[in-house]
Amino acid sequence: MRKLALDDEILLNIEKPARYIGNEVNSVMKDKDKIDVRICLCFPDLYEIGMSYLGIQILYDMFNQRDDLWCERVYSPWIDLDRVMREKNIPLFALESQDPVKDFDFLGITLQYEMCYTNILQVLELAQIPLFAKDRTQQDPIVIGGGPCAYNPEPLAAFFDLFYIGEGETQYFAMMDLYKEMKASGKSREEFLRAVCKIPGIYVPSLYEVSYHEDGTIASFTPRYDDVPVVIEKQVVTDVTNTFYPKAPVIPFIKATQDRVVLEIQRGCIRGCRFCQAGMLYRPTRERDLAMLKECAYEMLKNTGHEEISLSSLSSSDYSDLEGIVNYLINEFGGKGVNISLPSLRIDAFSLDVMSKVQDIRKSSLTFAPEAGSQRMRNVINKGLTEEDILNGSGQAFEGGWNKVKLYFMLGLPTETEEDIKEIAHLADRIARRYYEIPKDKRNGKCQITVSTSFFVPKPFTPFQWVGMNTKDQFLGKAKIVNHEIKDQLNHKSIRYNWHEADVTVLEGLLARGDRRVADTILAAYKNGALYDAWSETFCWDHWEKAFEDTNLDLDFYTTRERDVSEILPWDFIHIGVTKKFLQREWERAKEEVVTPNCRMNCSGCGAAQYKGGVCFEDKN
Amino acid sequence: MKIRIKFSKRGVMKFIGHLDVMRYFQKAIKRAQIDIVYTEGLSPHMVMSFASPLSVGLTSDGEYFDIEIHGSISSREAVRRLNEVMVEGMEVLSFRQIPDEKSSNAMSLIAAADYEVSFRDGYAPCEDWQEKLLDFYRQKEILILKKTKKSEKEMDIRPYLYELSLREEKVFLKLCSGSVTNIKPELVMEAFFSWLGVEMKPFSLLVHRLEMYADLGTEEEKKFVSLEDLGEDIAE
Repeated sequence: MRKLALDDEILLNIEKPARYIGNEVNSVMKDKDKIDVRICLCFPDLYEIGMSYLGIQILYDMFNQRDDLWCERVYSPWIDLDRVMREKNIPLFALESQDPVKDFDFLGITLQYEMCYTNILQVLELAQIPLFAKDRTQQDPIVIGGGPCAYNPEPLAAFFDLFYIGEGETQYFAMMDLYKEMKASGKSREEFLRAVCKIPGIYVPSLYEVSYHEDGTIASFTPRYDDVPVVIEKQVVTDVTNTFYPKAPVIPFIKATQDRVVLEIQRGCIRGCRFCQAGMLYRPTRERDLAMLKECAYEMLKNTGHEEISLSSLSSSDYSDLEGIVNYLINEFGGKGVNISLPSLRIDAFSLDVMSKVQDIRKSSLTFAPEAGSQRMRNVINKGLTEEDILNGSGQAFEGGWNKVKLYFMLGLPTETEEDIKEIAHLADRIARRYYEIPKDKRNGKCQITVSTSFFVPKPFTPFQWVGMNTKDQFLGKAKIVNHEIKDQLNHKSIRYNWHEADVTVLEGLLARGDRRVADTILAAYKNGALYDAWSETFCWDHWEKAFEDTNLDLDFYTTRERDVSEILPWDFIHIGVTKKFLQREWERAKEEVVTPNCRMNCSGCGAAQYKGGVCFEDKN
Repeated sequence: MKIRIKFSKRGVMKFIGHLDVMRYFQKAIKRAQIDIVYTEGLSPHMVMSFASPLSVGLTSDGEYFDIEIHGSISSREAVRRLNEVMVEGMEVLSFRQIPDEKSSNAMSLIAAADYEVSFRDGYAPCEDWQEKLLDFYRQKEILILKKTKKSEKEMDIRPYLYELSLREEKVFLKLCSGSVTNIKPELVMEAFFSWLGVEMKPFSLLVHRLEMYADLGTEEEKKFVSLEDLGEDIAE
C-alpha cells in the first residue's frame, strides 16, 4: 500500500480528504527508481476544478507513455489544509507518489485564468520552493508556466523559470530529452535554461531585460545575450488527428465540475469575435477527423465508465461534420445510459432536433451569447449573431416546448453608448414577447429568461488590446441601467438579471495586461492574505487595495488607460501567427462598425496561415 | 436477475465517502461491462442498493450492494471482470444471485454486523484495558445517553451487544445493526471509556467492519446468516 503524505488525523479533519489521496482510476503509478525525469503538473485551483481540465489530462497521458518519464499531479490545497500544512511544516506533495513536489525535476503550472495567480504563490510556498526564480538552486524543480495566460507571462515572469508558449503536444519531448542529457552530464540549472531557450516556443524570462520610459511605458525589451531568441513563436499542433489524446483519463472519486468524458472536436475558432482572446490565440482552426473522434469517444467511455459525454470546442456548430459525430453518439450510446451534452451550439433547426433527442426539454434551457444588446455594438465586436437569428431560434425552441432561455452579454465594450446598454433589456423583452405570441393552451406556463452580464476585460492579442477599460463605478452604473430598463418593461416578471462582480473584473484587467512590475503587487497581495481570488467566498478586495498602496501601483495605468498603437506592449515579443498589423486593422474596422467575415467565408489574412494547416488550407489540397 | 455483490474497502479508500463509493461502482460496473438494469423514464439510472453505509475513516471486509442484471453471467467471470477495473484498496469478493422478491433487499435485511476495533498507538485507556473490557461486558445493563435532535434519552445498549471478545490486541464486536436500532462500535467503546471514567479522545479507534448479517431466527433465538450466504454462486 502507498503511504500517504498526510496522516489519518489530518485527513479526517478536513473537507473532502479524497482531494489529496490520489489512487484514482486510470492514475499512473511507476517505480521511481526506474525513472529519469519526474514531472509534476499543477492546476492552481481546487482539485474538483483542476481535474475537470482536459489540457492536463492530455499532457499527463502523453508524458506517461514514455518509460523514462513519470508525470504526476498536484492541485491547490483548500484553505483548511493550507493552514495545517503551514502549522506542521508539511511540504506540498504530488498525488500519485505522495512525494514532495520540491524533489521533482519539473513543476508545470497551467495558467488558465488570471484570478489564480495568488494560488501559484501558495503552491510554490507550500512546496517549499523559493517564490522567485532567481532564488532557486540546483535542488529546486524547474518551474514552467503554460496555457492561455502564458501569452502575457510578464506579471508572473519573476516567479517562473520558463514559459511554454503554445500547445504542449509539440515541444515537451524535445525539452525532456535535452534536460535528461544535461542532467546526466552534470550541467547546472543556468546552463539548462540557456540551452532550453533555443527550443521553439520556450521563453526564459531571466534572459531578457526590460527598460521603461518616464511615463511608465516600455522603452525596450531585449535578450541579454546574442544567442537568445528575440521573438518567441507560438507552437501549434498542425495535425490534430494524429496526435496525443487520453483514451483513459483519470477519474476522480469525488464529483468534479466536469464529471464526464470530454471530446475536443477541434481547436480554434473561425469567427473572429474581437473581444475573444481564445479566438485569436488558437488560430488556425483545426478539426479532428471524424474517425478519430468516434474511436476516442468509444474508448474513453469504455475506460472511464462515465455516464455522460460532452463535445468541447470554441464553437461546435462550425465543425464540418457535426451531424456525423452527434448522430454517432446518439446511435451508439444513447440507449446505453450515456447522456450527451452539447455546449456551444448555435440554435437552429438541427441543434433543436438533436437537443430534443438528448435532453429533457422541460428541464433544459437554451443558451444564446449575443454579447451585446444592439446590432451596432455586435458589429463593433464582430459577433455574427443577429437579432433575427436569436428571435427565430428562440421562436422555434418555444414552439418545440422549451420555455427557458439564458442570455449572456458584456458591459463596458469599446464605443458603448447608453442606448447599446438599454438594448440588452429590450432584446430580452422581445424574446419574451415572442414566447407569449404562442397561444396560451399551447405553451408551457410562463417563460423564464435569464440575462447575465459580465464586464469586458481587454485581453492581449485581441483587436481590443489597446483599449481603456471601464472603472468599477462605470461598470456598476451600467449594470444599474440594465436593471432599471428590465424592471420598466412589460415582461419584467419573466426576466431575471444577474451581473458579475466588478472588483474582480478590474483585477483581471490589471493582471491580463500587466508587465513585469506587477509581480511585486501580486506577491504583496498574497502576503496580505489574498488566495483563491476566483472564489467569491474567499476573494477580498482589501488585500489587493493594500497591495496597490504598498507597491505604489497605478491601477489606471494598466486598466483604464488607452494604449497608443505604437506603444511596445509587454507581450509583443511573442508571435502567435496572427499579426499585430491584422489586430490593428481589426481595431480600426471595429471603430467603423464593419464586420469581418469568418475564416470559411473569406480569408482576412490574419497571419495564422504561417502554420500551414487547418482552415487556412482546407480547400487547397 | 438479482445480484448481491460483496466487496472490501481498505487502505486509502477509507477516505472515500459513501456517496462517492456508489458513484465509483456505477462507473466500475460500466467499465466491467456488466449488463446492469436501468430504471425506466427520461433520466434512467442504475438499479443499485447499498447495505448500511460505512462512515468515512472506517475500513471493511464485508460491504454489500444489490443490483439487477439482464441475462446471466457466471460469478467467477463477473468477479474477475470487476476486479480488473478496481483500484488498490477495493476488491470484489463475491457476486451472487439472490431471490427475486422485494424482501430480499440487502438494506432491509441487516440485523447485525461484526467489527474489529483497535486503539491507535498511545490511545488505549489504561494498561489493563483488556481485563477491564471483559468486566465491562459482564454487566447486565450498560446505560448510555442517546442524543436525538430534540432530547437526550437514557438507553440500555447491553441487549444489542451480541458478542464482545478479545482477539490479541483487538476487540471483536457483534452488534445490532439495521434501520430500527443501529449500534456503532464507537458508541460501545465510548461507553467503556466512560465506565472507566476516562475521556475518549477523537481518533482513538481504528474500526474495521468484518461482516453483515440477516437474522433468520425467531424472537427467542437469533440465527445470523451473512448477507453473502443468502445468495448462490452462478455457475459457468
